Amino acid sequence: MTKTVYFDNNATTRVAPEVVEEMLPYFHDLYGNPSSMHFFGGQVNRKVEDAREKVAALLGAKPDEIIFTSCGTESDNASIMGTLDRYPEKRHFVTTRVEHPAVWNLCPYLRSKDYRITELSVDRNGQLDLEELKSVIGDDTALVSIMYANNETGVIFPVDAIGEIVKARGIPFHTDAVQAVGKIPLDMSRQPIDMLSLSGHKLHAPKGIGVLYLRRGTKFSPLMKGGHQEKGRRGGTENVPYILGLGKAAELAMANMEEENTRVVALRDRMEKGLVESIPSTIVNGEGMSRLPNTSSVCFECVEGESILMMLDEIGVCASSGSACTSGSLEPSHVLRAMGVPFTAAHGSIRLSLSVYNKDEEVDHLLKHMPSIIENLRDISPFWKDFKEGKLPAAFAG
Amino acid sequence: MWEYTDKVFEHFKNPRNVGEVENPDGVGDVGSLACGDALHLTFKLDEEGKIEEAMFKTFGCASAIASSSALTEMIKGKSLEEAEKITNQDIADYLGGLPEEKMHCSVMGKEALDAAIAYYRGETPRKDPEDVVCKCFGISGQEIREVVALNGLKTVEQVTHYTKAGGGCSTCHPEIQEILREMAEQEEREKKALAAQSGRKLTNLQKIKLIEETMDREIRPSLKQDGGDIDLVDVEGDKVFVGFRGTCTSCPSSEFTLKGFVQEKLREFVSPEIEVKEMTP
Repeated sequence: MTKTVYFDNNATTRVAPEVVEEMLPYFHDLYGNPSSMHFFGGQVNRKVEDAREKVAALLGAKPDEIIFTSCGTESDNASIMGTLDRYPEKRHFVTTRVEHPAVWNLCPYLRSKDYRITELSVDRNGQLDLEELKSVIGDDTALVSIMYANNETGVIFPVDAIGEIVKARGIPFHTDAVQAVGKIPLDMSRQPIDMLSLSGHKLHAPKGIGVLYLRRGTKFSPLMKGGHQEKGRRGGTENVPYILGLGKAAELAMANMEEENTRVVALRDRMEKGLVESIPSTIVNGEGMSRLPNTSSVCFECVEGESILMMLDEIGVCASSGSACTSGSLEPSHVLRAMGVPFTAAHGSIRLSLSVYNKDEEVDHLLKHMPSIIENLRDISPFWKDFKEGKLPAAFAG
Repeated sequence: MWEYTDKVFEHFKNPRNVGEVENPDGVGDVGSLACGDALHLTFKLDEEGKIEEAMFKTFGCASAIASSSALTEMIKGKSLEEAEKITNQDIADYLGGLPEEKMHCSVMGKEALDAAIAYYRGETPRKDPEDVVCKCFGISGQEIREVVALNGLKTVEQVTHYTKAGGGCSTCHPEIQEILREMAEQEEREKKALAAQSGRKLTNLQKIKLIEETMDREIRPSLKQDGGDIDLVDVEGDKVFVGFRGTCTSCPSSEFTLKGFVQEKLREFVSPEIEVKEMTP
């Protein structure tokens, strides 16, 4: 078996060993309920509050603005549904065409509840037109939800500018920051954001823990109605070991922030440069844009993404694809199509996402094998010869 | 990750007959870059009219490449009459099966073969532009009907897995549903007509024999699995009297078994008029 090279950190990350170590005692020894009146539960409660402070520090937030949830999707749902619930007379919701399904798939549901939805478009670089945003929001707009950074391309949206536009009109602003937290510095004390979602397993904490940042004074009604936990904003007994794990992961993310934005970004750039230089007709999506330091979305013309992934699997490299075939749906990634990436390339897209655990030699391994993988698949492709000679009918350009 | 068979992996990693036959007799092109998969098939016939050489070029996922590779292996050495009998299911079977979501890859192989044979015979492609149901992938009603009939498909989702039709914007789902409903009704009518016809012709003796045969083949094996059994006691016109044996006698759902299973099977295979009654010992 080949050694595993893990380049799929936007899907999920390795749980940091320090995080596991932090969590373990809270399974077998310190298993108390933080709400209990006895010392056995109380000592756990103090640890939960410590973790809350660590997460708050990572976000530049106040501890009471941190609500622990089960995942990023829950945080997104809670912010959106919890806000709309408080403004029942306002019937307009604004988001983008490139959101994660956790937000995007709420739109058909909201439409069925008689909400008017605006999905902002993006340009070829994956960027929004802020003038369009200004023109669509109005007195009827209940909420604007726009992701911080795109999960497929890593393109970062100008959330500060967006937040200012939205808040100037007195409208609440939510951002799905699942891919951004831990990779780039955030500071809620300065940034015009009312609500923010994060997910533990994208920053080396386990799956099954998330956070909703809720700015003090933001109108909100809980999605999970139940006990008094999280100050009545999210019912359900605290997932203690995972909360502590996330606290530790937040601490590590702060410590690693510099490395992420120096060594990891350099590694990513070297990988992209290597691919583009050694393989003709290779496109880096969102190149030159402000992007997450770890993410690379690359299209290889005239080959199909699933085939690339399966060939990569043979050499132990884990990546993901925006192609239709990998998802079971029949259309390529909605993000790449929204960006107007031509069909010739959109089907042949793969995403390589790094972490601080990745090493130079892993990128070398990829760069060594990738040219022949793409060449072999292009030899099989009926379009490659015509494409190379510029003879492909214009209709294919999407 | 898809559950591919070893044979799919093997044909994907070492595809047979990649390329284009020189001076081909048959050329078939199906799919497009926009659809996410496309197959270019070429073949050459020998002096006896058998396929001597077959080659492919495919843009698509692992199962599309494996299906194309399998197709070229399957048609080599066959006459066109033999080759055109190959179904998409045969291609999938050759590979040890395909995930249902990937069955359209085998259908693409079959369509390329049909197109290449039509090209050789100088026939125009059968696709009628007026008949296009799925505009995203350009799939006609005729194509959908053929694949539904051949593979016994029942749902829109299955039609999408096999033909891609309905896999894009989904506005054609009601139309596909309507095709499925029409075809199911048609099948039901034919079945009834057949049963009624055979029912009329039966003499009493033939009827009893057919009932016994149906019970042996269709009914007893299922009952025996649960430790039960059934006997034919008497037949009066369309009334069939039976007795349950074994665990069936004490089974709380024996009434359902009688009407929902035994009677349905006898109506299906003997006569739609049959009425089953239980004789308790």
